[in-house]
Amino acid sequence: MDRMLNVALPKGRLGEKVYDMFARAGFPCPSILENNRKLIFENPEAGVRYFWVKPSDVAIYVERGAADVGVAGKDILLEYQPEVYELLDLHTGVCRMAVAAPKGFAEDPMRTLRVATKFTNIAMDHYASKGRDIELIHLNGSIEIAPILGLSDVIVDIVETGTTLKENDLEVIETIVPITARLIANRSSFRFRQKEIRRLAEGLAALV
Amino acid sequence: MKFDYSILDDTERIIFALRALYDARGYRRYKMSKFEEYDLYARHKDFLVSDAVITFTDTNGKLMALKPDVTLSIVKNNPTAPGETRKLFYNENVYRVSKGTNSFKEIMQTGLECIGNVDTACISEVLLLAAESLRTVSRNYALEISDLSLLSAFTDGLTDDQKVMGQMMKCVQEKNLHGLTELLGRCEETLPEKGGDTSERGRYRERAEALKKLLQIYGCPEKVLPPLTKLCAGNPAAEQALGNLVEAVSVFDGTPMEASVQIDFSCAADMNYYNGIVFRGFLDGVPESVLSGGQYDVLMRKMGRQAGAVGFAVYLDLLERITLPED
Repeated sequence: MDRMLNVALPKGRLGEKVYDMFARAGFPCPSILENNRKLIFENPEAGVRYFWVKPSDVAIYVERGAADVGVAGKDILLEYQPEVYELLDLHTGVCRMAVAAPKGFAEDPMRTLRVATKFTNIAMDHYASKGRDIELIHLNGSIEIAPILGLSDVIVDIVETGTTLKENDLEVIETIVPITARLIANRSSFRFRQKEIRRLAEGLAALV
Repeated sequence: MKFDYSILDDTERIIFALRALYDARGYRRYKMSKFEEYDLYARHKDFLVSDAVITFTDTNGKLMALKPDVTLSIVKNNPTAPGETRKLFYNENVYRVSKGTNSFKEIMQTGLECIGNVDTACISEVLLLAAESLRTVSRNYALEISDLSLLSAFTDGLTDDQKVMGQMMKCVQEKNLHGLTELLGRCEETLPEKGGDTSERGRYRERAEALKKLLQIYGCPEKVLPPLTKLCAGNPAAEQALGNLVEAVSVFDGTPMEASVQIDFSCAADMNYYNGIVFRGFLDGVPESVLSGGQYDVLMRKMGRQAGAVGFAVYLDLLERITLPED
């Protein structure tokens, strides 16, 4: 093997779960389980190098070839539209992209709808497909408080269990798209490391 | 005039090596002006990589543009007589929006076009030159080849909805089998349900399965052609396209490039301009394709020409970080 397979994993609970799948698919790297602050781990015997990155950055690492493959949520792929191969739905990290509003919210079609979100492209596409005139408010976090403070009418965000929404007196009024984690690959790497990437994808496919 | 070749930087060496390669094959160098009337690009916006163009008003009041693309100018300025074939290559700067900075950038591009009476031999020659261009820059390269007519033979009639068709093509390009399966399943549900396997749904399911199989067939021609031939059997349009593809890629048989050629239907091109054989080149260590091209008879027709065309471009700006082979 000429070079190790570089894998970008999303930091956090999802990444740990996904690593476990990778290990069972034949790409183990036990040192990753040691509790320390290192970000890069390699196992030359298995020919694999893992690194933890911010979940929303995985697609960038893969698109630009720093990682050959990676795991990213469908939300990130829809938002940034990276030019990568989407090889497998891992059926984990299940949630949905949804529109939420304060309980009892009635939309006034005569007014521009104010939408607060982290996912501006997804929100824009969603409302453009309905021909709805909106005002976008891009926020980086704590989206839920936007409607409470009157900053926006609704929010577009990821909903997993709905607990955060409930605690802030919000409810889902529309599901835009279901979200799961996907195995993605760099288009150039796929040409030159096809054998390993296929072995990984097939190993993972057997687990989902 | 004499000088030491070692004075050349890598980009210059690549430019000269490619020029020698194309020249040796009988391609003539085509030098063009920096500007073109904006109208040309306005009419063929989708052909451009991005539709942003630097414009200015010339002294005679005409709206001009700094060239964002070379192919359109070559086609416009080279009318061919019936039966004539013109083989041209170029080495020009184009002005495009760079993805990272979202601002205009000058990009050095080299490439070639074969227009007029284009037969399979011309297409094979262009494929061969594409592979040789890649080989000039790096020994670790791959040329992926697809055929849009063959792909169309599998996608035609699967949906009447242009938006859904767009999503299907996107899934094909992303090797997204799970997404394609879901889309096809949704389309199938809209069909009337009656009868057994001979019903409309049954036939649809068969065609959907065929497309999914096509997506999973990729690799070197030797490995790909037997299952592909089996899959195309009974579909006349696919069989005809396959015949052309087989003939075109046979040019690599017995050459050192054979091992670097891959047939892959995820290789994309805009069907509003391209048809038939399309291809992309990759180098190990460069994260995106450094070469792209194909047959663009549809563009020729749109520009009022009764002629064929095939060509490719090499994006020299992406080669900055490549270590050139010794020779």
